[in-house]
Amino acid sequence: MSDAKRFLYVNRKAPYGTIYALESLEVVLIGAAFEQDVSLAFLDDGVFELVKDQNTEELGVKNFSPTYKALGDYDVNKIYVEKESLEARGLTIDDLQHLTYEDEDDDWAEKDSIRVVTAAELAEIMEAQDIVLSF
Amino acid sequence: MGELNVGGKTVAVDEEGYLENRDEWDMDIAKAIAEAEGLEMTDNHWEVVNFLREYYDEYQIAPAVRVLTKAIGKKLGKDKGNSKYLYELFPYGPAKQACKIAGLPKPTGCV
Repeated sequence: MSDAKRFLYVNRKAPYGTIYALESLEVVLIGAAFEQDVSLAFLDDGVFELVKDQNTEELGVKNFSPTYKALGDYDVNKIYVEKESLEARGLTIDDLQHLTYEDEDDDWAEKDSIRVVTAAELAEIMEAQDIVLSF
Repeated sequence: MGELNVGGKTVAVDEEGYLENRDEWDMDIAKAIAEAEGLEMTDNHWEVVNFLREYYDEYQIAPAVRVLTKAIGKKLGKDKGNSKYLYELFPYGPAKQACKIAGLPKPTGCV
């Protein structure tokens, strides 16, 4: 794993109306097979992608939000949500899905995947990446 | 796009034989797809197929092989959660072939 690159996928758009959110998620799931170091960031309208209890019946498109719950199975467990973006939209972490993963190095204990970070912290996270892909 | 006829019922399938509408799936269709693939469904096959359908209901995706293997191991025991066991059941790939029989779309990332 020493030559694994650090990938950050940045999600900035609302889940429906454009294909960006779903495409990003699919790229993440495909990329996870290559055992890289993967993180996800949600900011701007992208924070809506993680809102719980989504219902797309009236939109006539597939509700893909349950798929975020599978990220833990794919060893994607660093999910950063920008604090300022949540606040600007009147959201808190309680409005988001509860995403977890099982920590292999800690007797498979269930742990939270989502971390709320400030814009300044997110900038540092971005700085530390090898590759940043923006959707 | 093609069609599959099973016991008087016709269902739409894509060019690779995956069901267009997974709600049309039933066990007879599964058996017919398996037969076309040269497989005879045993309890062990059904176990994996049913697991995939449950996984899809919960997560809206068909899991990658690595994820499937891990999840099967967790649910059905370590002796089943390995690729040797799964490939013996589904020689053309547990995710790809078992998903087809389960009436699910081709797994994301499978080319």
